[in-house]
Amino acid sequence: MKCIIIDDEETARAILQQLVSENANLDLKGSFNNAMEAIKFLNKNDDIDIMFLDIHMPGFTGFDLIDTLQNPPRIILTSSDKNFALAAFEYEMIVDYLVKPFSPERFEKALRKASNEPQSIEQKSTSETMKQETEDDEMFISVSRRLVKITISSIKFIEARGDYILIKTISKDYVVHSTLKKIEEKLPGSTFLKIHRSFIINIRMIIDIEDNSVLIGKDVIPISRSKRADLMKVLNLL
Amino acid sequence: MPKSPNLDYIKQLSGGNKEFERKIITIIKKELPVEIQSYKKNISAREFEKAAEIIHKIKHKIGIFQMEEAYKLAIDYEESLREKEDRYKEKFEIYLRQLKSFVESCEI
Repeated sequence: MKCIIIDDEETARAILQQLVSENANLDLKGSFNNAMEAIKFLNKNDDIDIMFLDIHMPGFTGFDLIDTLQNPPRIILTSSDKNFALAAFEYEMIVDYLVKPFSPERFEKALRKASNEPQSIEQKSTSETMKQETEDDEMFISVSRRLVKITISSIKFIEARGDYILIKTISKDYVVHSTLKKIEEKLPGSTFLKIHRSFIINIRMIIDIEDNSVLIGKDVIPISRSKRADLMKVLNLL
Repeated sequence: MPKSPNLDYIKQLSGGNKEFERKIITIIKKELPVEIQSYKKNISAREFEKAAEIIHKIKHKIGIFQMEEAYKLAIDYEESLREKEDRYKEKFEIYLRQLKSFVESCEI
């Protein structure tokens, strides 16, 4: 795993470099004493797997750095302060929090946690969409940092809501940070159809169609004029 | 009884690698006096927030040399400085002298 170290304290960097050098799975690609240098490096190198990041740095903190990055790698925070542990939970790319000075055993434990995480945050969030289909009719969605298994055939429809989508199933509604486009790719085209720029429906759930809308459960969903023909074509095949 | 400063943690990290031990001691010998100087300057100027930032770094070194009581006091001192108070100053500075003296005595 390719990694970098960011810490304004030289002693801390030297200790991390030593621990990294003793782990055959780690390949140190850079060590930085300030966040700005690290950002420049990360902008040119998008293949970094792990970032060891100090929180307390003058001017630009570790959290500031995380907020700056569009696609941050997995992060192991390091700090001499336990007080930021709670704040760390707000960031899903942070896989562990090491309080300095930490032991080699604690360092290895953090690495094991990092290794067990998905390969990148991009994978994680693009799939807020979804994730490993375990069986044909199941998928996982990311809800409040939990991966929740849902049955695809139980989905009634999906509605775009800004940066989120509402997945309405027979039993429950889920709001997921994703887009209609991303989830559409995961759904079987034989039963799911985008009938409006904001709606994908499960055509097996349609109760009736009237004018330019379909009724699914108690929800009336609009049909775009341009999508109506597609819907009628699919229905004819059923 | 307060734990005296020692090199146990550095030896644990090094796993017998003397080169690393020399390297880390060299860095601390270089870094600590600068931090202490900066701390003194800021505490004299009653720049408590800046002093707290320096204590934060020194705290890590106190931990490296396993000065348990000093480490706990450094946590309290850092917090008090962030609240614009210098409680624990005298006691902390005794530990700081102890740390400085120990580092200076470390053979490279």
